Amino acid sequence: MNIELILFGAFALLTLLSAGTVIFARSPINSAMALVSTFFFMAGIYVLLWAHTVAVMQVLVYAGAIMVLFLFVIMLLNLGESPTRGKPTVARVAGGAATVGLFAVLAIILLKLPAEPATLSAEAQASFGTIATMGQVIFTKWLFPFEAVSLLLLVAMVGAVVVAKSRI
Amino acid sequence: MVPITYYLLLAAALFCMGMFGVLVRRNALVVFMSVELMLNAANLTFVSFARMRGDDLGHVSAFFVIAVAAAEAAIGLAIVIAVFRSRGSVLLEDLRTMKH
Repeated sequence: MNIELILFGAFALLTLLSAGTVIFARSPINSAMALVSTFFFMAGIYVLLWAHTVAVMQVLVYAGAIMVLFLFVIMLLNLGESPTRGKPTVARVAGGAATVGLFAVLAIILLKLPAEPATLSAEAQASFGTIATMGQVIFTKWLFPFEAVSLLLLVAMVGAVVVAKSRI
Repeated sequence: MVPITYYLLLAAALFCMGMFGVLVRRNALVVFMSVELMLNAANLTFVSFARMRGDDLGHVSAFFVIAVAAAEAAIGLAIVIAVFRSRGSVLLEDLRTMKH
């Protein structure tokens, strides 16, 4: 048993537990807090995959910005616990069955893929997934998508203000 | 060395849990959180394949997914607020005007 496997097992278990809490918690606040912990544990998994920049952005943008937005809306709307537990209707049972089926199909396909991670030279490993490398790629090869995404965020910001404001 | 398949299976499990939440939950906010879970699962898949190929293009894709998820959360939550203002509820079953 090496340390990487132990860390992966711990993070994976905690991620799945938190994700389960998100789905099954009665009150939206509990769901939101469980989602925050899901994002943190997933950041740990990203680090195990050498994606340090993505892990940092996960914590900053997801666990920071997006979750604050969620909590703000939950508190603004003053939502409490859901009054009754939903009845298991036909649509819900079918939804659960579809989920299990999807996971089975995905597992069959994924188990056929090669499992070995790439072996990198020491030099490539040192620069893999760092902010310097990603910045270089984003601001040269992917400059246009980057600018398009910043425009999208601006439009989303203006749109959110227009939609949420009662009177402009 | 952890096999990449484990990471991919974890991503698949997370995606399925998010899908279950979208299909089963009635609270629009929890449905949004489930969508975020699904987006995260897609990100994990991107990053796993990046590690498998030794190519950090997947990290750039994950970066763009995070940015689009931020935009989606802002707009979606604004819509939830607008719906709550006009209907007084965020339960999806109360929104049946468009239902035939």
